[in-house]
Amino acid sequence: SSIKADQPILVPVGGEIRHHAEPLALLAAPDRAVLRAARHAVRVRTAPLPPVFDPLTSDHIFAAYELASGDPEAAFVAADLVLEGEYRVGHQEQLYIENNAMIAVPTEDGGVTVHGSLQCPYYVHTALKRGLGIDDRQARVVQAETGGGFGGKEEFPSVIALHAALLAGVAGRPVRMIYDRHEDLAATTKRHPAIVRHRTGVTRDGRLLAQDIEVVMDGGAYCTLTPVVLSRGAIHAGGPYRCPNVRIRARAARTNTPPNGAFRGFGAPQTEFAAETHLNRIAEALGLSPLEIRRRNVYRLGDTTPTGQVLRDSVAGEEVLERAAEAGEFVRLRARHDAARARRIGSAIVPGSPLRSGPERVASGVGLALAWHGAGFTGSGEVKLASVASLELTAEGEIRILTASTEMGQGTKTIFPQLVSDTLGVPYERVILAPQDTAFVPDSGPTVASRTAMVVGGLLIKAAQRLRAQVEAATGGPFATTYRDHTRAHGAIRIDQRFEPYPGVGFDDDTYRGDAYPAFGWAACVASVEVDLDTGEVHVRDVVSADDVGRVIHPVLAEGQVEGGTLQAVGYATIEEIKLRDGRYLNDRLATYIIPTSLDAPRITTILVEAPFDGVPHGAKGVGELPMDVGAPAVIAAIADATGVWIADLPASPERILAGMSGVAGVAPLPPGASEPAAPRPPAAAPAAAPPDRGR
Amino acid sequence: MTAFRFTVNAQPVEVDVPGMRRLLDVLREELALTGTKEGCGEGECGACTVLLDGAPVDSCLVPICQVDGAVVSTVEGLAPALDRLDALQTAFLETGGAQCGICTPGMLMAGRAYLDDGGGPDEDAVREAIAGNLCRCTGYTKIVEAIAQAAGASADRGHPPLIPPGGNP
Repeated sequence: SSIKADQPILVPVGGEIRHHAEPLALLAAPDRAVLRAARHAVRVRTAPLPPVFDPLTSDHIFAAYELASGDPEAAFVAADLVLEGEYRVGHQEQLYIENNAMIAVPTEDGGVTVHGSLQCPYYVHTALKRGLGIDDRQARVVQAETGGGFGGKEEFPSVIALHAALLAGVAGRPVRMIYDRHEDLAATTKRHPAIVRHRTGVTRDGRLLAQDIEVVMDGGAYCTLTPVVLSRGAIHAGGPYRCPNVRIRARAARTNTPPNGAFRGFGAPQTEFAAETHLNRIAEALGLSPLEIRRRNVYRLGDTTPTGQVLRDSVAGEEVLERAAEAGEFVRLRARHDAARARRIGSAIVPGSPLRSGPERVASGVGLALAWHGAGFTGSGEVKLASVASLELTAEGEIRILTASTEMGQGTKTIFPQLVSDTLGVPYERVILAPQDTAFVPDSGPTVASRTAMVVGGLLIKAAQRLRAQVEAATGGPFATTYRDHTRAHGAIRIDQRFEPYPGVGFDDDTYRGDAYPAFGWAACVASVEVDLDTGEVHVRDVVSADDVGRVIHPVLAEGQVEGGTLQAVGYATIEEIKLRDGRYLNDRLATYIIPTSLDAPRITTILVEAPFDGVPHGAKGVGELPMDVGAPAVIAAIADATGVWIADLPASPERILAGMSGVAGVAPLPPGASEPAAPRPPAAAPAAAPPDRGR
Repeated sequence: MTAFRFTVNAQPVEVDVPGMRRLLDVLREELALTGTKEGCGEGECGACTVLLDGAPVDSCLVPICQVDGAVVSTVEGLAPALDRLDALQTAFLETGGAQCGICTPGMLMAGRAYLDDGGGPDEDAVREAIAGNLCRCTGYTKIVEAIAQAAGASADRGHPPLIPPGGNP
């Protein structure tokens, strides 16, 4: 797998504890009361080590990439304007409503069967084999109904599965390990914090000449899948724009916080927030509209990306941009706000600042952002995965899909039978799905990277085409009316369809050049906000999101993906933040880590655009992650439209907005992702008691 | 241990448990009504919403001693018959109001309480009614749509279920 197994199952005696939530010992008991009592019997002797919390100063680098094209330094000299900027984003919790949970059942052959809430059965399967030293058959993983994932159940379920399995092995009976919300928030993976620096050279008319971008991500205490997140973040860091001279340097460093991991967008939301906000600031500096600067730079057919990838088909940046701008009435609303802002500025308490003095307490703003998202695994990832999806015509005459691709609300179990029934020409109800159980289904790869519809869906269509051809060749009649007779005469048929590289798509891992993705999805977002000029509170009122998903398989489900991803992006932009002290998450409860409610949520309008990818029979490119990339920068641009203040650190909390509007230095909170020191401050500065230490 | 008697989904029940046991645990562990979900255990997410004497409550915050003699409704009791769904359930299916489904039981109960209270299809009022129920999948759009649709169709509540357009096999 693409996950580095550098995280110990438990810290060994005499070993190094690298973060506050690291597991040291495992306890199981027949009931909660005994378990609580047993916990008090555990004594841990530790000696402190100097911690590292700042990825900028950490000298332990998990991964580094450099992308280069053209000659940026020469181009900066020729540029009419060079603009620099630094952007920071912090941790974000996936906050699936169902916490991580596993049940391990020891089996007679010395193995273990694990049932759990998880995205990737074969990742857990691999972890059990490696961690327990058991073989393919002894390890069995069954996905239970899974109450949301968003990347948060990609990798961490392996940790819990191993813990439950170890306990089950010793106890000789089933063990369940169900995290409560506090444990889930304190210990499981978050979106990587990042610091992104841009230096951009443009012509007077807004054409990009040179981009020099530095990305630093905070990997947390163990590497796990950080290099893959960083890779996607780096490749998307320039935004969906043509630029002849580019240098992107990206690194991820180790810090003493819990490991960061996968979350919808997987590195791209961090770097695309920076790219879009920076481009909006360039437009402002040049006196260009955000829409116009994008029209002048957006990738078109035949353009080349920083990895040297020529965009040969399915390029819809322009189309999503125009459709979102039109439906969101971007030009009209912006003109209206320009006038309102001009009236307000100068009439303020602080001279020259937009703080109000007049009767208008609320300022409205509209913002625009554009994004691209590579479909499927990065680089040679899909080739290495070599996924297999199978289709069976059973001896009983049932048509059965066998994949390890999981349902967690996004629609796998709906669209797979749709694709297969369409290809076979049979009613939808005739197609059934085998359970996501490693004892029965092949490894169709992890359910991540918006790859399920495109990659696994494509394999299933090919398998169905083969099945149909085989049956029709034998019977001479249409599949739908002859397959049952064929089964009675000839028995079961099973088609195993293995991934084959898409024609003409290639990537070199060593030089980091080539087709980083077989295709890209494109998204544009127009967000309308209201900012309370007294409190700095933001209310996102309306969002229009135009998303090119290649081909829409199920419109209701696709809209649902855009709506849900958009709200997660709105939360990322406005309210979601982990505060840390001494490397420990302070707001590790749902009372303190807040996500948007129905009253915080904007009205979301989805426009589905179809620019099909020719490499798969159905043209689908995936939808899950696209809206997550584009929502936050649109909201931040809308806040700037309302207040004139550019927020460079997410989230745009009232504190940050007020600090920006007042123009007073030193009142802004700590940068996102930063850990305040452990040393207690003088009593005068800390009137409230520190939260109790809830050591694990 | 004390015996507590109350009604769940029109059935009288008696449980012998400590008085501070959470209603949520009694429902799930004593009565095997696992349709009610736990998301946070501290009254923030609303996944464990049930109706207590008709009012929506977070069952993780209600000790069983407060339930003695009361009427409890859970998601298991929502459908009027095995082959008939509640109008609200039908609306969730038709609009795509559920994705992963873990918030759905709580959403349905909060929505049912809103409709039983005479709530109409006004969007702002619907959003207010489910403000105590978190969903991370849907962006709330289709949940609000579902409750508004059921409010509009409340006259013909209890019609036969529809097969979801993309229903799971």
